[in-house]
Amino acid sequence: MSGSVLIRGGRVVDPTQELDGPADVLIEGGSVTACGPGLPAAESAREVDAAGLVVVPGLIDMHVHLREPGQEYKETIDTGTRAAAAGGFTAVACMPNTDPVNDDPSLTEFMLKQAERAGWARVYPIAAVSRRLEGRELTEFGAQRRSGAVAVSDDGRPVWSAALMRQALRYARHFDLPVIQHAEELALSGDGVMHEGRFSTRLGVEGIPGAADDVMVSRDLLLVADTGGRYHLAHMSTARSLDLIRAARADGQRVTCEVSAHHLLLTDEDVFDSGLDPNFKMHPPLRSAADRDALVLGLADGSIDAIASDHAPHHPDEKELDFVASPNGIVGLETTLSLCLDRLVAKGVIDLARLVDLLSTAPARILGVAGGSLAPGSAGDVTLIDLEREVEVDPATFRSRSRNTPFAGWKLRGAAAGTVVGGRLIELS
Amino acid sequence: MSEAVWQRGDLLGVAELSQAEILHVLDTAESFVEVAARPIKKVPTLRGKTVINLFFEASTRTSSSFEIAEKRLSADNINFSTSSSSLSKGETLLDTARNLEAMAPDLVVIRHAHPRVPHALAERLASGVINAGDGAHEHPTQALLDAFTIRRRKGRVEGLKIAIVGDVAHSRVVRSNVLCLTRLGADVTVAGPRTMMPEEPESLGARVVYSLEEAIEGADVVMMLRVQLERQARAAFPSEREYFEFFGLTAERLRRANDDAIIMHPGPINRGIEIASEVADGPWSVILEQVANGVAVRMAVLYLLAGAKSGEDGLTP
Repeated sequence: MSGSVLIRGGRVVDPTQELDGPADVLIEGGSVTACGPGLPAAESAREVDAAGLVVVPGLIDMHVHLREPGQEYKETIDTGTRAAAAGGFTAVACMPNTDPVNDDPSLTEFMLKQAERAGWARVYPIAAVSRRLEGRELTEFGAQRRSGAVAVSDDGRPVWSAALMRQALRYARHFDLPVIQHAEELALSGDGVMHEGRFSTRLGVEGIPGAADDVMVSRDLLLVADTGGRYHLAHMSTARSLDLIRAARADGQRVTCEVSAHHLLLTDEDVFDSGLDPNFKMHPPLRSAADRDALVLGLADGSIDAIASDHAPHHPDEKELDFVASPNGIVGLETTLSLCLDRLVAKGVIDLARLVDLLSTAPARILGVAGGSLAPGSAGDVTLIDLEREVEVDPATFRSRSRNTPFAGWKLRGAAAGTVVGGRLIELS
Repeated sequence: MSEAVWQRGDLLGVAELSQAEILHVLDTAESFVEVAARPIKKVPTLRGKTVINLFFEASTRTSSSFEIAEKRLSADNINFSTSSSSLSKGETLLDTARNLEAMAPDLVVIRHAHPRVPHALAERLASGVINAGDGAHEHPTQALLDAFTIRRRKGRVEGLKIAIVGDVAHSRVVRSNVLCLTRLGADVTVAGPRTMMPEEPESLGARVVYSLEEAIEGADVVMMLRVQLERQARAAFPSEREYFEFFGLTAERLRRANDDAIIMHPGPINRGIEIASEVADGPWSVILEQVANGVAVRMAVLYLLAGAKSGEDGLTP
């Protein structure tokens, strides 16, 4: 993926250079070679007119499920990365809960090959912590790292055994891999299907207490302190988990966290109001308004490192089951950016530079991958954003193979206008 | 009979019923009570109507009660249960609905272990749907028959002190009853061990206390909930013995209630666990009246829904 392109006349927002103003970006040989106002025309570089657009470092969704291999009826690397490009992402990090599980370097290599073949966006495979996600034996972190894996996680399930988590944190240090945890104490989440609170009470639905997450986060952070490992908390959903992360960070631990757009925008009341629509079912569940408010504050005050979609495609037939029987998860690659622009930036919760940090710079730093900046020498990955474009979320138009979103019908202002990956302009149609 | 009050084609929950609608069901049920006393216990009201009873979860008394109500109304009925049906887990709601639709029923009675399945099916079905219990969410005909029983015994529901005691977290009976009885103006208290209370129980709409004694103090009606023995795995209480010791209704404890208090239970009762035999069999008990009234109330519901769906007003009890 390398090409030359000169992006002209846009407003460049790049927190790594504390830049927010008119500038051009020149990418040559796949990397940024110049970034500044009034760059001269470059030979052999294709010019892109970015007048009226915002130009930012390519967005990186650090938490997606691409379903390939094994569940291609839900999504493939091709359709998933096409959805990523449509949603403004130049890279995605994909979770290992495929079939077979990505617990072997050959799977990482396969995913990378499929991504290259598709060519819509970069794919960074995340290797399993444990073989077959069974939570017993570690996978080959070193070989996985060499093959291109950027992190380890058993996402979809927690690393439940404290002993295994301790070993994973210690062993991952050799390869500087973050251990990404789906924090869930299974004994507490039990048969729960939505947040345990007044709305689960009124519906008579088995609840998942916030404590199910908090207990596991708390345990993990003690192990991080014990091992000096690098820990990333996936899809954080509660106020207490956030407080625990803050305290660990204040204590100097190497701890980061992400939240999903849906946990910032929806609550258990929305589950109730939907009449238990399966498109409002995910793990962790949509939490209380108090949790949601705490997460939004955490975004604004810098406690939260990244926003990720937790893109979890499921076939429409699976979401045609009732709420309890249907699988967890919603798609997000094609809605996250617009949701953040409309509901967070336009509302003044965070500014555009902070959003770029959450969706690009921080994910690049946490995963140790190229990108996240438009400073010369950085990867030639760019996202073009049209802040004025009005979109209505219409699942029928998704590039993803799946349609499971709670945001159908939402009218949002601001959307991706294009992406450049390694200097190559991605053309979807 | 004033048809204007009842326009619904489905009965999914008490949550959506107004006080007038609830009273209309109860008034209608009054006219069906005497059918059970006739030598020939049958009226032609629903002749030619087809009712499907779809029980995805085992049930004996609710399914029997509906079946008897349907037969006494001369409806053609057919029963599907999970054991005898391919309509079960794994099938999408749309497929379930299409399969039912193909049989062109007028009414479908649905019991399911998961909340809001009857609601989801009602959205996809042209025929009327009656919720016969969806998980721990709602059981509207139970609440209506309980209100009917209370009104028959006490002459009113408004202003009565009513205590509901037991496994509140897992009871659909308590949810529908709190909604129904408060809408009729009763003063409702729920009680149970803290391990059997849901989060923020006040959101159910009743006063919440954690002792049986406090709950039944001065009560006009005491409704005991069945302890779900199968849920013991969740460690909600240490033993049946201990449950009875602290939350079982005994004649001794019952003295705290009003002298003319009535005792109710949705059944089946666990003798010696939530209720002592002397209470269940005592003069206060209206447990068997609830069962008898259940048939009349379900006849009323079937009658009202069939009328609303068909737009016919020629139906008479």
